[in-house]
Amino acid sequence: MEIKVLKNILSVNEQIAQKNRGLLDKNNIFTINIMSSPGAGKTSLILQTIKRLKDKTRIGVIEGDVSSSVDAETVGKEGVPVIQINTGGGCHLDANMVNNALSNLPLPDIDLLFIENVGNLICPASFALGDHKRVIVSSIPEGHDKPLKYPLMFHEANIVLLNKIDLLPYVAFDMKAFSQAIRNINEKLEIIPISCTTGQGIETWVSWLVAQMRKKNST
Amino acid sequence: MHELAITQSMLDIVLEQAEKARAKKVSNINLTVGELSGFVEECVQFYFGFLAKETLAEGATLSFTSVPARARCQDCHKTFKLKEFDWTCPHCGGNNIEITAGKELFVESIEVE
Repeated sequence: MEIKVLKNILSVNEQIAQKNRGLLDKNNIFTINIMSSPGAGKTSLILQTIKRLKDKTRIGVIEGDVSSSVDAETVGKEGVPVIQINTGGGCHLDANMVNNALSNLPLPDIDLLFIENVGNLICPASFALGDHKRVIVSSIPEGHDKPLKYPLMFHEANIVLLNKIDLLPYVAFDMKAFSQAIRNINEKLEIIPISCTTGQGIETWVSWLVAQMRKKNST
Repeated sequence: MHELAITQSMLDIVLEQAEKARAKKVSNINLTVGELSGFVEECVQFYFGFLAKETLAEGATLSFTSVPARARCQDCHKTFKLKEFDWTCPHCGGNNIEITAGKELFVESIEVE
């Protein structure tokens, strides 16, 4: 006997992601999901952004890693609430992990939340968390072919930050090929070249972020 | 790890339906898998063997139906199949696309005894 099921295997995750979104909206928390390869500069970006915004905005951070609390300790030194999630081998954050982290954060005291996903350009694209915007941190040493190899991740993103731009003179990175590869996947996707070391482009990123926050809060 | 968690979610859905139908055994599971879902069939087969042990689904075969990635152009509104490296609309050359198929990950049906 055949039984029709027609059930989405990821539906449990989608439902929890919607619950997270509801909780974030209720508390007026603008939430950014930061995704990249390992070592592209997600934590450095969060640190740079906290430095520029912490006097104006109340920031919180969820750190996702396979193991260790190195990132949470680094970010915690900036004096913002931070929760470390260890996925214990898992290759991405899922909505349930974020839900648990949210219940441990002082939500009424947060206006802007960064979720640092596990360093991986594949799996995080398939798992909704409940965030408002998705940011990809790409970096010069990774090479210009990343959008060709991981198209779904770039298609689902709202902005690409091209980090370590200060290394451009030393690396065979073809900026034109990178921009073209991104345009071929998602022509609306803006690229901001940044350097978390020299500070180049960080103001442009922060302006984008603040504008998106205002837009969200005015709707 | 990704496939392990997904295989467990899939098995939960299958067992829930099989128990509801008061089945004695699940003999086959039909899965619909989009090209962009990142679901690796060999891995799922491998984990399923372990996870399904001593459940109603032990020994069930897995049948996969793959769904090609398709998109609709937001500029000219035509639909097309996504190529591997280039998601440009072949009709108007635009790159403002909405993915309409290829992200599926469904338990389509199960066959029970």
